[in-house]
Amino acid sequence: MAMTATIGHAHADPHHIGRVVEHEGPAPKRIVTGYGFWIFLLSDIVMFSCFFAAYAVLLDKTAGGPKGSEIFDQGNVAIETVCLLLSSFTCGLASIAADVRNRLWFHAAMAVTCVLGLAFLTIEFREFADLVARGAGPSRSAFLTAFFTLVGCHGLHVSAGILWLLTMMAQVLAKGFRADIMRRMMCFALFWHALDIIWVAVFSVVYLLGGAA
Amino acid sequence: MLGKLDWSAIPFDQPIPLLAGAIVLVAILAVLVWVVVKGHLPYLWHEWITSVDHKRIGVMYMLLASVMLLRGGSDAIMMRIQQAVAFQSQGYLPPEHYNQIFSAHGTIMIFFVAMPFVIGLMNLVVPLQLGVRDVAFPTLNSVGFWLTATGALLVNLSLVVGEFARTGWLAFPPLSELTYSPGVGVDYYAWSLQISGVGTLVAGINLVTTVLKLRTKGMSYLRMPMFCWTTLASNLLIVAAFPILTATLAMLLLDRYLGFHFFTNEAGGNQMMFMNLIWAWGHPEVYILVLPAFGIFSEVVSTYSGKPLFGYRSMVLATMAICVISFMVWLHHFFTMGAGPDVNAVFGIASMIIAVPTGVKIYNWLFTMYGGRIRFATPMLWSVGFMVTFIIGGLTGVLVAVPPADFLLHNSMFLVAHFHNVIIGGVLFGVFAGFEYWFPKAFGFRLDERWGKVAFWFTFVGFYATFMPLYVAGMLGMTRRMQHYDVAAWRPWMIAAAVGMALLSIGVVCQVVQLLVSIRNREALRDRTGDPWDGRSLEWATSSPPPVFNFAISPDVRGGDAYWELKAHAKQLEHGEPEYRDIEMPRNSPTGFVCAFFASIMGFALIWHIWWMVILGGIGAFATFVVFAWRDHDEYVIPAAEVARIDRVNLEERRGLVSLAGIV
Repeated sequence: MAMTATIGHAHADPHHIGRVVEHEGPAPKRIVTGYGFWIFLLSDIVMFSCFFAAYAVLLDKTAGGPKGSEIFDQGNVAIETVCLLLSSFTCGLASIAADVRNRLWFHAAMAVTCVLGLAFLTIEFREFADLVARGAGPSRSAFLTAFFTLVGCHGLHVSAGILWLLTMMAQVLAKGFRADIMRRMMCFALFWHALDIIWVAVFSVVYLLGGAA
Repeated sequence: MLGKLDWSAIPFDQPIPLLAGAIVLVAILAVLVWVVVKGHLPYLWHEWITSVDHKRIGVMYMLLASVMLLRGGSDAIMMRIQQAVAFQSQGYLPPEHYNQIFSAHGTIMIFFVAMPFVIGLMNLVVPLQLGVRDVAFPTLNSVGFWLTATGALLVNLSLVVGEFARTGWLAFPPLSELTYSPGVGVDYYAWSLQISGVGTLVAGINLVTTVLKLRTKGMSYLRMPMFCWTTLASNLLIVAAFPILTATLAMLLLDRYLGFHFFTNEAGGNQMMFMNLIWAWGHPEVYILVLPAFGIFSEVVSTYSGKPLFGYRSMVLATMAICVISFMVWLHHFFTMGAGPDVNAVFGIASMIIAVPTGVKIYNWLFTMYGGRIRFATPMLWSVGFMVTFIIGGLTGVLVAVPPADFLLHNSMFLVAHFHNVIIGGVLFGVFAGFEYWFPKAFGFRLDERWGKVAFWFTFVGFYATFMPLYVAGMLGMTRRMQHYDVAAWRPWMIAAAVGMALLSIGVVCQVVQLLVSIRNREALRDRTGDPWDGRSLEWATSSPPPVFNFAISPDVRGGDAYWELKAHAKQLEHGEPEYRDIEMPRNSPTGFVCAFFASIMGFALIWHIWWMVILGGIGAFATFVVFAWRDHDEYVIPAAEVARIDRVNLEERRGLVSLAGIV
């Protein structure tokens, strides 16, 4: 990253013996795209942080309804976590396959990622459906409102990710590893890994801390 | 089939909105018919609606802002008249209508006037100042603009189909919950802001990436013009703050649509959480608006004083300090919540501290003028007017930052006067200055000076006449948002404010006249060299209006005030002919417009609970993106010969100017 000019250097060195590193001009497209997408991810994390804050504020507002320890099934959550972490690994494999332009491995790894993501969503959906059936839906109490919103928001992100994943697979199938598609694949991988990071926070704050409450 | 929508949604019994809506509708139809009959439609579609050129998108943002300024301004006039007449009487506006007007006024002025105005100017100017050919993500830029337009469309639609929120511009719960606001007003409010908020976020990401990653050769951070710095700070704030607004409104919508309990009175909901969240966005928002204005004043003051900006580095530091501190003061919007003296003291002190970097900026502008050869052109008048006015607004701000004083002034007309003082005196004066200053860059001719000055003086005097009385009324105990009142002592001040409003309106009319007169005299006002004000930064190094690629040869920057240095050494002109190359530019795309079309359908359907239409809109938006992702050619090439042809014309004009001045 020899981007920033060392102006101070030039002043301290009146005879210009040391080479002054100048700003070299606009960054290449790949860097620009990745950088922009990182900033989007940061903004997305800010949005999640609001839902985390709401969860923390409303944690004990159960309004006579169930507490976290009464409704969380840690075993279920452990399976969800394994699915998601494994899917991150297979997503990484897909990125490597794309880098070496191997279509077979790319599609295989993306397909496994998709299956793991769907498995995660299925388990989450069943957990939600079960809670609603037991009368512990989101409108039961402020605590459950915050729980459903935070976890559901992550679930919506995973759903959007799967839609994106399928679109990526179709694009590679139709167009191959073109430069613009490779940039999109990089963004998709960043997105998928970011969802994992958020899940780690969901797991810790919602299920571990919230389950102890 | 149509959800909650039926004929009762059209307010046949209320003549004012219906008449206003009819007039707007007729005006829109007339413009459309004129466009189609004159055969301008293909031109509009190919050159503007589908354009991904940052300059055109910037102009469209400003056009949207100007139109919405007239709408928001009409609301303001109606409110001032109501408060002038509604002494011991009901006035002419019934309460539910008056409440909609003040809610719409605030929402429109912040989200659809101030925001698009500053984003438009940043879009237009920043890539030029950085010496690059476009923003980082040109097509997304177009998407961002059109989503903002969707939000504006929905707000205006509420005038004739249904109603707007009656909850104030931030829709505080529990009033904004379904129990107390069962109509579609709050839904119009929330979905408009959700959709335009996505547009704003996109613009923020785009401009941050542009400033950080797309600067021309040699344009290191500390050589950037001040406007680029304030753009960076403002857009960092957008990226960090707008997701909070999105999340907060999402929670409110979940409460309203699915019976959740974030902010309700029942089941443990917490209204003060809404206050904290909305102001954690809302306070940075005021700096999102005013920082770019600070950047504009920096450019204007330096150019018209013929001097480099005084204390450039302290200005950069002050800008970034404001950027950070603006996130640490949100609680001063509700000192009266009862968080206790310790919490209030912390936020009170933080709020006062933010006045320090702002003061640094004021002194820097004054010292830039000191000893300079000042030209009092219209942008300079706005700048000096700003310095005087903003200091008053800043001081009353420091006053209400003292918690005990705030307990007395909270929610009073004093507060209304304060934030209009900083937003009109700061943001609006700033965008007016920027509008005058960069207009020739965008369109190739200057604006009429005489009408500009008349507009300034009417606006300036009108501002004081309108808002100084409101300070007094606030001190006399008048609370804000009153549809009528019985206190005789307030009456004279309300009448004075109404007179002031008339002066302000004349100022706005003068701006419209200025524009028309300038368009008529455009040949006489033509800017042939691209540098009408003897400017200092790179946007003046190219023709007016700039070619689609901005710069035929990417500038190589060797110091601050990049273009001034070029001029001083006549560098641009000394070589006979630069070596032109082919230039690749992004192709225009209807993605933004089509996407906003589906977003409008989806937003409307969500407001009226028409679920099949929501699904249709969602599928349409997704399909639009897939089609966009599927295209094979996203760039086109402008051959070197064509670049040379376009650039030679401008170089000739500049050589003529330089030889006239006797430099060469």
